[in-house]
Amino acid sequence: MLRYIREIEFQTICSYIKERSSVLDLGCGDCELLHRLVKNKNIKAQGIEINEKEIYKCVKKGVSVLHEDIEYGLSEYKDKSFDYIVLQQSLSEVVKQPDKVIQEALRVGRKVIISFSNFAHYSARLQIFLKGRTPITPSLPYSWYDTPNLHFLSLSDFIEYCRERKIKIEKKTYLGTKRKAIFLPNFCALVGIFMISQD
Amino acid sequence: MTDKSLRIVETKYFTFAEPPNELKLESGEKLGPITVAYETYGKPNKEKSNAVLLTHAFSGDAHAAGYHEGDDKPGWWDNMLGPGKAFDTDKYYVICSNVLGGCNGTTGPLSINPETGRPYGLDLPLISINDMVNVQNKLIEYLKIEKLLTVAGGSMGGMQALSWLTKHPDKIKSAIIIASAIKHSPQQIAFDEVGRVSIISDPAWNNGDYYGKETPARGLALARMVGHITYMSDESMMEKFGRRIRNVKERHKFNTGFEIENYLHYRGSSFVERFDANSYLYITKAIDCYDASEGRNLSEILHEVKAKVMVIAFKSDWLYPKYQSKEIVKACKVAGIDTTSCEIESTYGHDAFLLEIKEETQLIKHFLEKVVQAG
Repeated sequence: MLRYIREIEFQTICSYIKERSSVLDLGCGDCELLHRLVKNKNIKAQGIEINEKEIYKCVKKGVSVLHEDIEYGLSEYKDKSFDYIVLQQSLSEVVKQPDKVIQEALRVGRKVIISFSNFAHYSARLQIFLKGRTPITPSLPYSWYDTPNLHFLSLSDFIEYCRERKIKIEKKTYLGTKRKAIFLPNFCALVGIFMISQD
Repeated sequence: MTDKSLRIVETKYFTFAEPPNELKLESGEKLGPITVAYETYGKPNKEKSNAVLLTHAFSGDAHAAGYHEGDDKPGWWDNMLGPGKAFDTDKYYVICSNVLGGCNGTTGPLSINPETGRPYGLDLPLISINDMVNVQNKLIEYLKIEKLLTVAGGSMGGMQALSWLTKHPDKIKSAIIIASAIKHSPQQIAFDEVGRVSIISDPAWNNGDYYGKETPARGLALARMVGHITYMSDESMMEKFGRRIRNVKERHKFNTGFEIENYLHYRGSSFVERFDANSYLYITKAIDCYDASEGRNLSEILHEVKAKVMVIAFKSDWLYPKYQSKEIVKACKVAGIDTTSCEIESTYGHDAFLLEIKEETQLIKHFLEKVVQAG
């Protein structure tokens, strides 16, 4: 299920990105997303990744990658260095200070694409409400003691954050178990994908 | 050893800058004629677009790989260079030359000064990293190569790759900079100064005029011992030597025979056999004085550079600490250069660039393929 959701997530993010643009992927992992974008959309790709093992995979795919911490790596770039900055699941999983990183990403990139798992999905709510347990859902399939997630947030949390910070949401896609979740997204969606910008 | 016979290589020589067309050095002084010792591996393709230049570290030479007739030890980067290796000689035409100021065939303090008919000694003008690269550039022109696929080197070799990037950016498609720095820190200069003072304080040094006489072997060996300490790490020394003791031949009060002591003595005395003390002075001075940023921001100098860059650092390298590689990466990022970096988890210290072959191979092999593809 997770693999299926990730695949739709990939496709959605790819659909947001224009051909021949420049893309910086923060926490790019094995550079699969960038690799696809290079092949399909002829983009100029740059990844940032902290895990040494992943660096070799990126280089093997021919994608330029920097072996750096996201927070540190981002701060060095000049304003509007990239057309897009992607944080695919990185915001909840690897970034220690999401607010700071979002602000920096909006400075360095013209548009920022963020995807994360929705903590307010109904199965999560039921598990907390009925069982009193930390939820395990198809998009958050981890136990509390062994999870990559540092932060848990819901779609509503993120939308409210953007409103407070005067960040414009240009596009958004909610993914459920069967592609798009349109009805009561904060209740039904497993993953939210947002493209944001700031003047 | 069956492939050994296939891998016999020879050093070749190229001479240029015959008076009155001497090479103008960065110091403003002129030098000529200049002879360059170099080796080549693999074959150039029709367009000569597959040429790779390897730039050696402080004590390296033109002999990067293969065997010289009668030798049982291969060149200094043999495990990285050859058929199917990182610098694949089935694909690339690889060139390596001894640096200006060196003592292995290229003009340096032990070469004959045509004006006196005796070795230059200290009459050789001071040389710089950029001078070394200008000489390499002449060699590349002589070999009729318009553009290098890459320039790659570690330590001082990385500085030369940086110099190519800042001074001849249109003549390279990429640069691979390993365990290097934009400029030396006070700590690095300090270690070099200890080495130089060690040589200069040896009475046999005699103001650099020792050719044909007793050489400053003690000073040079001591300098090398200090150098080798800086090339290793606490962890690698612990692993390699521990506190193990070996039988000592000449026992005296302070000779306990710790293996690390024997190792340093061995390194010191074997270095004296193959290296010239004056070259030590000239080359370390060139490294200490080098500043790729020329007192500005390196990113300004790299602005508009089209070449791709790969920067490799090693976690346990305290002589060229990872922050120095990060500074190079930062300049490339700000300049908008297509950059890849990797900080390899290694315990070998600065020596790692000659030892972490598997990781370096993975990075360099694929990086070069990408540079070729980009055209």
